[in-house]
Amino acid sequence: MPLFEAVRLALQTIRAQKLKSGFSLLGVFIGVASLIGAWSIVNGVNRYMTEKFAQTLFGVNTFQLRRRPMFTPNVPDSVWRAWARRPRIRFSDAEALNAAFTVPVVTAWQSSENTTISYRDKQARDIELTTASERYFDIKNLRLAAGRAFTAQENRAGAAVAVLGDAVAQRLFVDRSPLDRSVRIGGTGYRVIGVVEKQGSILGFPLDRFVIVPALSPAQNLVNPPGILDAFLVKARTEPEMHLAMDQAEGIMRSRRHLRPRQDDNFALDTSEGVQRFWAGISRILVVVLPGVVVVSLVIGGIVIMNIMLMSVAERTREIGLRKSLGARRRDVLRQFLAESAAIATVGAAFGVVAGIGLTVLIAAASPLPASLSPMSILLGVVMGGGVGVIAGAYPASRAARLDPIAALRQE
Amino acid sequence: MSAGQPFRTGDTPLPEIIILTHKLTREYDMGGEVVRALRGVSVQIKKNEYVAVMGPSGSGKSTLMNLIGCLDTPTAGEYWLNGQKVSRLDDDALARIRNKEIGFVFQTFNLLPRATALHNVELPLIYAGVASRVRRAQAAQALERVGLGDRMEHRPNELSGGQRQRVAIARALVNEPSILLADEPTGNLDSATSGEIMQVFRDLHEQGQTIVMVTHEHDIAAHAARVVTLRDGEIATDQLRAA
Repeated sequence: MPLFEAVRLALQTIRAQKLKSGFSLLGVFIGVASLIGAWSIVNGVNRYMTEKFAQTLFGVNTFQLRRRPMFTPNVPDSVWRAWARRPRIRFSDAEALNAAFTVPVVTAWQSSENTTISYRDKQARDIELTTASERYFDIKNLRLAAGRAFTAQENRAGAAVAVLGDAVAQRLFVDRSPLDRSVRIGGTGYRVIGVVEKQGSILGFPLDRFVIVPALSPAQNLVNPPGILDAFLVKARTEPEMHLAMDQAEGIMRSRRHLRPRQDDNFALDTSEGVQRFWAGISRILVVVLPGVVVVSLVIGGIVIMNIMLMSVAERTREIGLRKSLGARRRDVLRQFLAESAAIATVGAAFGVVAGIGLTVLIAAASPLPASLSPMSILLGVVMGGGVGVIAGAYPASRAARLDPIAALRQE
Repeated sequence: MSAGQPFRTGDTPLPEIIILTHKLTREYDMGGEVVRALRGVSVQIKKNEYVAVMGPSGSGKSTLMNLIGCLDTPTAGEYWLNGQKVSRLDDDALARIRNKEIGFVFQTFNLLPRATALHNVELPLIYAGVASRVRRAQAAQALERVGLGDRMEHRPNELSGGQRQRVAIARALVNEPSILLADEPTGNLDSATSGEIMQVFRDLHEQGQTIVMVTHEHDIAAHAARVVTLRDGEIATDQLRAA
């Protein structure tokens, strides 16, 4: 019997026994759907981390000088306490580094603290107040939707001007223009000079609830003690230049802090690679857990299919006997039942692909997780699904093929 | 008595002999006890003969039927079908022979319940590897031959018992086999319908078809031109009826 006939027959049988086939393809369906869905999440977060977060939010070829690293999975308390005892980064550190870099870099100061900002009787609570120097906008790739960023002169002079995040502007001004209005931050009136383009969110964390003011403006008291910085941001033109600048920064900081050669750094130089390493740690867990889940559901799916096929062979013993009496060889019967189980599994996998795609769209739309479909996962899902069908069908099919036609025909 | 000339081991049957068995023996091992179902049956059937095989249950007629139908292989002895020695062939080779040389008609029809009459008749052609368009044409022709040209798209449950058996006969004929092998073809039919089926057999016989039919009913066997009776695994009588 040609393969085409076997497949046609298999599909006919599936159509004729919708309920039974529905049950038997459930396992593969769930396996493939979860494979594609979970893969989409990992893939989406991966892309987000490498493209958007690392390159846009953190900045390309950028590092940050901080008291301690920003993203650190599973730090023991003792390490955390040691970090808290470290000296903080000072304005003078930043100025010394600025003077010493021999590679062309762009730098900015940054400190942040949550605060409340108000306009007339309206308040926006829990807003991230960032005091920064003027190049902060360039380094963070923040484009303005309206107005302008503050200038170096305004920064040096400590001018009371503010640039709002999109969510803050929406909250306080709804659809009116916030430009040239006066908002209050920590008891001081600030003139709004710009609004930053909408940034969206990352992993459910909103990115538009911020206000940026000059580092030396009155609100600096709200953020850090005088002369203290959270982070000193350095952006180089290329990666090698960034590493050069990092080496210089490390050397200068060590000498400023009088560290002996064998002492560890008591400051951190964070790069987007650090963030990606942090994410890679998480995604490695997913990569270990995910195939486990998929394999378990595919194995269950395979067992279900094998059982259904054994039942089917038992029920259709007479049909097998008839087919043999009409000239079906062993391989014809084998092929018929293999095609049937492969078809069941492939149909299950196909439904699983559709559900997986739906799941991806749903996750991307309704949850904070960035999900992005991977074509590889679809291919893998279908191939694995079909493979499970062939493997699960092999034993029942070979039993069918070996049936004695006389005994099979005699069966009621 | 037995038609044709004596056959010795090592001989080749004459071309007009479709079926030749020589000292055909079949023993079953039933849990250590050997049951001798056939004890050296030698019979020759010529082209276009119409033979009924009779005998009480346990006489070995089903065993003989299975051997003639190439569903089983003998313990000893020879079986020649249409000039080919088939008593020592393997499973797949027997399947080819069944497909090409033998058309089965069963007591219980054995139609696929979900398939149309046409598709049921197509089955042997599928295993013969005939292309789908040719297949449909040949199956339709076979159905017309048994008077079911207007029932091709019906499923078995939409057909009467007699019509079902005709579909089965069409299926048996579609590969133009050397022999039509019928096992109690009227066992599940009332007498009027039985008569109808016997008429179909008579017509086929007149058109040149070789027919071997197993039955235990004397009035059905009476339609055949020759009646072979088995008893205790041996041929008891082999009689030609005057036409």
